Amino acid sequence: MRDLVSEMARHITVKGVQIARNGSALLDVPHLTLGGPGPTLILGPNGAGKSLLLRCLHGLIVPDKGHVEQGGVLLNANHKARQAMVFQQPVLLRRSVAANLDFVLKRQGMPRAARKMRIAELLVEGGLEGKARQSARSLSGGEAQRLAILRALALDPDTLFLDEPTSALDPSATQVIERMILRASASGVRIVMVTHDIGQARRLASDIVMMQGGHVVEHGAARQVLDDPQSDASRRYLAGGLVT
Amino acid sequence: MQGFAVEFSAAIALILNGDPELWAIVLLSLKVSIFAVLISALIGMPVGAALAVARFPGRRVLIILMNALMGFPPVVVGLLVYLMLSRSGPLGVLELLYTPTAMIIAQVVLVTPIVAALTRQVVEMLAEEYSEQLRSLGVSRLASVPVLLWDARLALVTALLAGFGRAIAEVGAVIIVGGNINHVTRVMTTTIALETSKGNLALALALGAILIGIAVAVNAMVSTLSLRAEREGLRHA
Repeated sequence: MRDLVSEMARHITVKGVQIARNGSALLDVPHLTLGGPGPTLILGPNGAGKSLLLRCLHGLIVPDKGHVEQGGVLLNANHKARQAMVFQQPVLLRRSVAANLDFVLKRQGMPRAARKMRIAELLVEGGLEGKARQSARSLSGGEAQRLAILRALALDPDTLFLDEPTSALDPSATQVIERMILRASASGVRIVMVTHDIGQARRLASDIVMMQGGHVVEHGAARQVLDDPQSDASRRYLAGGLVT
Repeated sequence: MQGFAVEFSAAIALILNGDPELWAIVLLSLKVSIFAVLISALIGMPVGAALAVARFPGRRVLIILMNALMGFPPVVVGLLVYLMLSRSGPLGVLELLYTPTAMIIAQVVLVTPIVAALTRQVVEMLAEEYSEQLRSLGVSRLASVPVLLWDARLALVTALLAGFGRAIAEVGAVIIVGGNINHVTRVMTTTIALETSKGNLALALALGAILIGIAVAVNAMVSTLSLRAEREGLRHA
């Protein structure tokens, strides 16, 4: 079990982050702290700025103004090395399934024998045993996303960002991915995930960041945000209204 | 028509009987072009990959220049290489003119822009797709080059085959710098040109048939690899 100090070290804080393109604000988040141990889900309609916020949190995008901190320190290379991200469309190397996992393990300097064992473990974890030598590009959508998650977990991250990982998957493939995410969370990996699926937020979230038009309109415990939303935007989105 | 049939039969006989002169010429052609393509790969692939991932002022101009060099007239390349290697030229002291090495150099000049331009195109396309993922995995821009080259390997082999096709079928440059010397620098294309002018159509036809065979084989390989690369989600744009 992680102690309070290491928990605090994983707190991510957004301070005055702004991103604008062609004069219009795409993201404007004055303050946001993601601190709880359970999965954080960033929820909202398309164009709400969810993916942009996620990329800022992971340091893939540098905001025009403001910054992101982790554990009270400006996000740096050491933090990023302990983070991983899974994208909406899994980006798999044009290699075998095992070689995709081997790529990240090798970069960590793991010896060959240890890599082999870890790959076997990961493949079992993702239900991809027997597909080690198959070309990663020939996997089904669900399998490809599972491999992308396994590859991210192979980095042994303290924080895993996921950008709508199940948006293109059917319910059964989604269920498998959700189980993997919950297992990762239970093992101590901090999950920050973007979704526009209210049901998924209900199934996975410990806390929810509700976004609309580049702003965080509400952030709180999942049950509170979902059952007793405080903002009009949240209420309309959760009621199934066409929020744009 | 009867004359053609006789020459054609003689050509077939030359091929099937393993005529030593004919096969020596074929072997030299293959040696020169394969060496040229390998050297072009060593130069063109890193240059193309660097142009694909690096961002610096003048990059667009370099890309346009490289694309333009793909269509450089072979005789002009031959002339320039001739001037460099001739006795009074800057590299005259090496005494390479009228040697297979001179022909390799000319073909390298012709093929390198093709390899570099196609590499740039393929790697840039792949870099766009991989960019965020590699950055997320902590792979720097420079460290991404070998990753991209390896993952683009199928498309890059097609680029090399395209370069080989250009090299093996080229006549203008190699005749200028090689001199078409019997048993020394005589390759398939230069022999076809010479033997046709002498009226020795059988040898010219036999070499022509082999050259076409090579062209068809190379194109078949390009086509197969392109199909595989496409299945892998990567082909020349």
